[in-house]
Amino acid sequence: MAQMSIADALKAAIAEEMRRDPAVYCIGEDEDIPGGMGGAFTVTKGIGEEFGYFPPIPGTKQVEGIGRAINTPISEILISGVCVGSAMMGMRPVADLQYCDFLFCMMDQLVNQAAKMRYMSGGKVKIPMVMRCPSGATNRGAQHAQSPESYFMHVPGLKVICPSTAYDAKGLMKTAIRDDNPVIVFEHKLLYGSKRKEAGALNSSGEVPEEDYAIPFGKAAIRREGKDITIVANLMMNYKAQEAAQILEKEGISCEIIDPRTLVPFDYETVIESVRKTGKLIIIHEDNYNCGWGAQVASYIAEHEIFLLNAPIVRLAALDTPVPFSPVLENYVIPSTEKIIDAARKLANM
Amino acid sequence: MLKMPSRDKALGMYSKMYTIRKYEERIYYLFLEGIMPGTIHQSHGEEASAVGMIYDLRKDDIMFSTHRPAGHDIAKGVSLRSMMCEMFGKAEGCCKGKGGAMHTGDFDFGAPPANAIVGGNIPIAAGAALAFKMQGKDNISMSFMGDGATNEGSFHETLNAASLWKLPVVFVCENNLYSATTSIKLTCPMKNPAADRGVAYGIPSEVVDGNDVLAVNEAATRAIARARAGEGPTILELKTYRRGGHSRNDACGYRPKDEEKLWLVDRDPVALFRKRILEENVITEDELKKIEDTVDKEIDKLVEYAEAAPFPELSEAERDVYCEGGIN
Repeated sequence: MAQMSIADALKAAIAEEMRRDPAVYCIGEDEDIPGGMGGAFTVTKGIGEEFGYFPPIPGTKQVEGIGRAINTPISEILISGVCVGSAMMGMRPVADLQYCDFLFCMMDQLVNQAAKMRYMSGGKVKIPMVMRCPSGATNRGAQHAQSPESYFMHVPGLKVICPSTAYDAKGLMKTAIRDDNPVIVFEHKLLYGSKRKEAGALNSSGEVPEEDYAIPFGKAAIRREGKDITIVANLMMNYKAQEAAQILEKEGISCEIIDPRTLVPFDYETVIESVRKTGKLIIIHEDNYNCGWGAQVASYIAEHEIFLLNAPIVRLAALDTPVPFSPVLENYVIPSTEKIIDAARKLANM
Repeated sequence: MLKMPSRDKALGMYSKMYTIRKYEERIYYLFLEGIMPGTIHQSHGEEASAVGMIYDLRKDDIMFSTHRPAGHDIAKGVSLRSMMCEMFGKAEGCCKGKGGAMHTGDFDFGAPPANAIVGGNIPIAAGAALAFKMQGKDNISMSFMGDGATNEGSFHETLNAASLWKLPVVFVCENNLYSATTSIKLTCPMKNPAADRGVAYGIPSEVVDGNDVLAVNEAATRAIARARAGEGPTILELKTYRRGGHSRNDACGYRPKDEEKLWLVDRDPVALFRKRILEENVITEDELKKIEDTVDKEIDKLVEYAEAAPFPELSEAERDVYCEGGIN
């Protein structure tokens, strides 16, 4: 076992898969420029040293054939379309978007092309591609701050995952690369643990096995066991929920914290089993409230298991505003540990 | 005047062109009769472009079509029966009835589902070409687009990278002068919307008479050879004209009558090539009529077959959304 950050765990998964399978390659803007950052958050830094660069970079290692660290023009339609076309012909692209907000520059390729190609071909085409999307509010202003998981959950044909620990990052990334469908991966900027310091970043380092392992999609993780309230939260919000739970525990409120880990497919069973025990449910995400993924989970539980509940479902989400820059405003808009504690106290008394 | 190819090739090309014409005409009548569901975007009038470009592709070369796919599919070898079944939404359709008129294609023949987002296939074609290059294969990729697609961002983003990366791809702009109902002159400042832009990206480009199948085929031969040799992409802009409207309800009120006469009568690609092969004694009129008669009868049978064929089971709606498994 090695102690690893999420950034390094993702890199380990990608590099191991590239060694195992020559069809796997990395593509993106600033994907790996010697002296550069390796995407925006260091995940793919150094990949080209082992697997070669395309286009070739003078003075670097030259490989036989085409290098598998592909540095692209700033052309998101190109990147996503190249992923679709190369995946169709047997490659397994892993694209780095730098910021998930740039997903919106490639919506046609993801929604109309990647997600529908298999269906429209009557099952003859497969599109195994991975889009790595750094997400979350980090004092960068509204266009580098979103948590848009629910947009993509709405598209049949796409899978959506959100690893929040180093162990999960490696195991889920391997499953994503080996999956024969397009997979959108949300990676929270404050959880990477990369050397570049981010205000508000958490140390998400953890034990990561050096050997090969893959974590199946559709299996939630229980991060903390409890008996009074079930909290379902992903990415950064899961850590805030854990922080809140420690404080609430001292007040005699016991929270069970579930990290869904993958949103499509979603492990409703684990949530239902927990609610069967607690009768109370809080859902927290950094996406804004209106139609965020919590709305889907809340409606599913209400539709199928409403009699397990003994209080209304509580949803905590970012306010329905663009994410503001000012740190004071950003902290106000995004759910905070304090808001989670307040909500849990009220719910516990119902 | 371009040299006539071998008898086999000349007749092979003519037969494909004639098939496209008759197939599309038949679809049009079925549609008018209210027998066929959905909408139609037809390719007749553009037979020389489809056949001239695709005739010399290999089965394992890949071709990406548009919302006007029938001619491309037929030229690439997709089964007519599976196409006609698809038009009726039947289970035996080339997309199992889940694609429809704008998405016909068969991946087994190097024709993935046609793309009904204008410009949508252009970066995908580049991606397929990149895959071939990474795999060390000499296959090539061909992207068809209309004149309107040259104003899409996907066109420009892809041309830039395809040129830089020397991808084995041929970009084929079928310039039928109108983007749906709007003249390309109203939406693009260049005389040749695809070819004139090639220079900006360092891509060799040619303007070709898209209604002369031999001219198209000659240009295709050069572009395909260039791609296969690893020398990079080519843009071919084929000037052509559709016989029908943009789609089912379009009576083409925006097209001047003299323009229509020029293209539809004087420059009809099927009639021009027919005249040429007869003049050059490639075949006699009687023999040619036999070939045409065979096609006519085949299309009659297709329609009968497709009309009688079963619809998909309802459970089919939920299949093929995701690919089961993977390489775990």
